[in-house]
Amino acid sequence: MSAPSEPYLRRRIVDVAARGLCVLMTVLAILPLLSLLGYVLKQGLGALSWSFFTELPRPVGEVGGGMANALAGSAILVGLACAIGMPVGILAGVYLAEFGKNRFGNAVRFCADVLSGVPSIAVGVFVYTLVVLTMRRFSALAGGVALGILMLPTVTRTTEELVRLVPDTLREAALALGVPKWRAILRVVLRTALPGIATGMMLAVARAAGETAPLLFTAFNNRFWSASLDKPMASLPVQIFTYAVSPYDDWHRQAWAAALVLVAAVLVLNVAARLVVYGRTAR
Amino acid sequence: MMLVGADVPRGASRKEPMAPPETAASPPASPAPKMRAENLRAWFGRSLALKGISLAIADKQVTAIIGPSGCGKSTFIRCLNRMHEVIPGARVEGLVTLEGKPIYGPTVDPVRIRRRVGMVFQKPNPFPTMSIRENVLAGARLNGLRLEDPEALVERALKQAALWDEVKDKLGQNGMSLSGGQQQRLCIARALALEPEVLLMDEPCSALDPIATARVEELIHELGERLTIAIVTHNMQQAARVSDFTAFFLLGELVEYAETDALFTKPQDTRTEDYITGRFG
Repeated sequence: MSAPSEPYLRRRIVDVAARGLCVLMTVLAILPLLSLLGYVLKQGLGALSWSFFTELPRPVGEVGGGMANALAGSAILVGLACAIGMPVGILAGVYLAEFGKNRFGNAVRFCADVLSGVPSIAVGVFVYTLVVLTMRRFSALAGGVALGILMLPTVTRTTEELVRLVPDTLREAALALGVPKWRAILRVVLRTALPGIATGMMLAVARAAGETAPLLFTAFNNRFWSASLDKPMASLPVQIFTYAVSPYDDWHRQAWAAALVLVAAVLVLNVAARLVVYGRTAR
Repeated sequence: MMLVGADVPRGASRKEPMAPPETAASPPASPAPKMRAENLRAWFGRSLALKGISLAIADKQVTAIIGPSGCGKSTFIRCLNRMHEVIPGARVEGLVTLEGKPIYGPTVDPVRIRRRVGMVFQKPNPFPTMSIRENVLAGARLNGLRLEDPEALVERALKQAALWDEVKDKLGQNGMSLSGGQQQRLCIARALALEPEVLLMDEPCSALDPIATARVEELIHELGERLTIAIVTHNMQQAARVSDFTAFFLLGELVEYAETDALFTKPQDTRTEDYITGRFG
């Protein structure tokens, strides 16, 4: 403890320098996000037009056209992923929180954590062999399965955390009213955790909506309208990828527009999720 | 339900349901018991929390259970509506009867018992997602029961819990918007709405301020006219104020059980005397 003998001025300088360094690094940390948003906005806004949302892609060489099919396709794929990932994930999360204090529970938790670290392209390859090879074609269904698997660990662990946060006193209150345990979990515990779970779901959806790799060889791509689940389906991320690596300027501009739409959608979901949390804690 | 081990305490080894009076397992001159525990033993994992309790809860009377922390008083009343067993690793042995019928038995549904024997907890725990009205109706609604006239039930239960006048204009508000004492009375109303025969209260005033405590005590006094109540309390004055009978627990054993006046004025056991005169606990 040499503090008393240390000159005051020196300490003040060190303090200012250290604090300045922290601020600088913080700015550096958010700089990529800001510049990314700015650049996408700048490039995308110019390319965005009404026809982008309403028209199909035009053949190479024709200027104009849009990505209406990819927008719808992304919505369908994410919807499919939710239909597959959410019931499984939410119920698994409830199991882990309410009954999972055993070896099996620990094993499931470990698997979920590993799964959330698996690169998304590996999930794509897995679904390719599982669904695409069996059905002998690329399909929206395969894409939905791949995105669903990607969502699964997030949904499971988020649900578990939030169900665990519900105080035991509420479970006891319900049980003491002669409510059977399953009803207490469903009507009191899950109901109480619902806003938080909804937030987690939005974040999972936002994540899945932006995934490209697992869709490349599952849902593949489609230049036309298609709502059938057993056919290839267009999606925004894959469309961005295809257009961005093409040699055509018009396609590049379209890719920027699509990127802007995708980023905006993800941002809206994130902000909405935050607002839900804020609304709950503010009350 | 067999007796095993040698650590059966006094007062528990008797076979007769109506015990002779030295340790007064059932108070003298009491009306017919509503509930009865015989050689009740409860575990948390490997530790024995109740070492063979035999006690009769008198019908339409208030029975207070006092004792220092960790003496098993909360565990005891949780055994009376089968709430002890919901704690992981907890189990119960011995006999508990409700109107003469055992409540621990292979064919007894704990859910039915809990509807007949209601419970109020230490901390007010209204359901945060429900309004005041929904909280009162929660017992019926969560059980999927159809109600003829829910509004009348809400009013009756809230009046019984002495909360009606304070909340009648804001039944749609969230239950958490009430003060602590009001929340606790809301929880009492919620329990009363199921029309239980017995109401168990686990230190219902320990999270409340003195004024709220006085209101809840007054309420317990009123409810005791029509309902069998067992109340766990840390507070000896409270036991003296609200109860007809008092049981003193120590280290998982029932030390003394008598009419409240008798127990506080002339305790039979020196440990009871030490406790109520404040020498320990």
